[in-house]
Amino acid sequence: MLQKTTYLTKSYGDPQGHTLAVYERDGGYEQARRALKMERSALVDEMKAANLRGRGGAGFPMGVKWSFMPWPPKPEKPHYLVINADEGEPGTFKDRTIMEKNPHSVVEGCIIGCFGIGAHAAYIYVRDELHLSKDRLWAAIAEAKAKGYLGATPFGVDYPIEVYVHTGAGAYICGEETSLLNSLEGKRGEPRLKPPFPAQAGAFGMPSTVNNLETIAIVPTVLAMGGDNFSKLSAIHHLKDGGSRLFGVSGHVKNPGIFECAVGLTLRELIFDLGGGVKGGELLAVIPGGSSCPILRAEEIVKAPDPKSPLHPYDGKSVLDVPLGVDTFRALGTMLGTCCAIVLSDHADPVLAFANLMRFYRHESCGQCTPCREGSAWLHRILDRIVAGEAGMDELDRLSDIANNIMGNTICAFGEGTAMPALGFLLKFRRELEEFVRSKGKSSTGRLAL
Amino acid sequence: MSFALTEERERALREILARYPTKMAACIPMLHVCQEQNGWVSDEICELVAKRLELSAAHVKGVATFYSLFNKHPVGKHQVWVCRTLPCALAGSDSILRHCEKRLGVHAGETTKDGKVTLRTAECLASCGTAPMMQVDRDYHENLTTAEVDKILERLTR
Repeated sequence: MLQKTTYLTKSYGDPQGHTLAVYERDGGYEQARRALKMERSALVDEMKAANLRGRGGAGFPMGVKWSFMPWPPKPEKPHYLVINADEGEPGTFKDRTIMEKNPHSVVEGCIIGCFGIGAHAAYIYVRDELHLSKDRLWAAIAEAKAKGYLGATPFGVDYPIEVYVHTGAGAYICGEETSLLNSLEGKRGEPRLKPPFPAQAGAFGMPSTVNNLETIAIVPTVLAMGGDNFSKLSAIHHLKDGGSRLFGVSGHVKNPGIFECAVGLTLRELIFDLGGGVKGGELLAVIPGGSSCPILRAEEIVKAPDPKSPLHPYDGKSVLDVPLGVDTFRALGTMLGTCCAIVLSDHADPVLAFANLMRFYRHESCGQCTPCREGSAWLHRILDRIVAGEAGMDELDRLSDIANNIMGNTICAFGEGTAMPALGFLLKFRRELEEFVRSKGKSSTGRLAL
Repeated sequence: MSFALTEERERALREILARYPTKMAACIPMLHVCQEQNGWVSDEICELVAKRLELSAAHVKGVATFYSLFNKHPVGKHQVWVCRTLPCALAGSDSILRHCEKRLGVHAGETTKDGKVTLRTAECLASCGTAPMMQVDRDYHENLTTAEVDKILERLTR
């Protein structure tokens, strides 16, 4: 169901859209003002009712996450709100647009979030490359502070709140929440074992909540509409996947970009209606939500005879007609991820796409766990050999073995994030891989770009 | 020559330290401040950061070498990163990179002889909808064509 919304994006076209004046003209900061006078439990209940699934990729219900925080906060254990804006998942470029074009929604979300989880400080962890995003966030924080919305008594309420921007230094792994926490603390960005979860021991060893930037930015909207009304925007509200969100599309489409729509949009609508259709050929395949999500082929059909499956209503239909939801896409054997799709036309070679992504994962593995450090490197080395026409057919099975030996054997989900797309390519493009190996690359179009 | 932060950067550091409950948390921001001034993170800088933040030099060096944006060697006056991850590759980043290499007379990872430009590849810079792209110092250049790359490189190497 294609239904455009403009909660986060209404001022995207306005060159002054990032300023406080424009944000307040559209009702900005009214919800933060209101929230600071609410009961904490009522605030968390609104978030739960919103069925707001985390927008960073894991899709965890955000209100439930807030409710995990110990209550009441102990003075010797200050709580922290940490915002993940280390946007680096290939194909994903949504958070950057919010920081650049609507940074006040993030600051307002942080005020409400701090109050909701009992924190007095929020750290927004932004990847260092995004200089404009950092500048816009700092400017928004300064404007809000000058108005008395942050500081010792925000909106005159005796509940001190500070918001800071913290920068990384170029490491994809820091988008993993415990790695991000280590990085925030001034350490190498290596993930931590869970438990303890951040709600018990997060930033600086204190109870913390880590939310994705888009998730926190939509919080004022949730409060303005009421959680239940927000949830019902979604076509798959009944699957507890509510509201509206940013959808992205890149790769071989005529009109790549970010589009805000109600949850429940399908890939067909994203690629053809919003993305303008496939550029340079026919649709070959699509990676639904950032590169860690296993690829889907255009001709795949949903098989879900079980009435209990969230996919059952789409049994026998094309995968392109399944609503983009956390549970629907998990049931398809892939993931919704960040909801930013990468489109491949049939002029591109899927084997080269596979090799490109495995180079990425090899480069970005933090090196802490052996299966991931060595596995990602071997996946890439073998794919390099395949691309060079030097590999034998047995090496395709070796790719599967290596990927399967990463799964479940690492501290963080980066391991799965590498192995799952690898297994996806091996499953969906086995024939193309075999032909590539047999013909030493002569079967290939030899290119990714059109 | 011993490294010391300028007065202005000392002020920036004081502001940074006030944001966090621990000194260690200022490690990455302080390394950024130092690199801004020096162009790269030397052993001397690691020792300075360690001393000021009451950390071991080994810790600071471990951090500096973990993150790809800290330069472990001197680099050119300008930094050019060409993104080459899948969405950019689908939009032709390979030819952008080849063009840069030819134009600058260096391979990715190298600095031009006159020390003006260091050319590097980058993994996904969150600009997939406006690919191909490259980052030049602090700025993003998106929806690139080789003609635009020429203009940008011309400005940097002039």
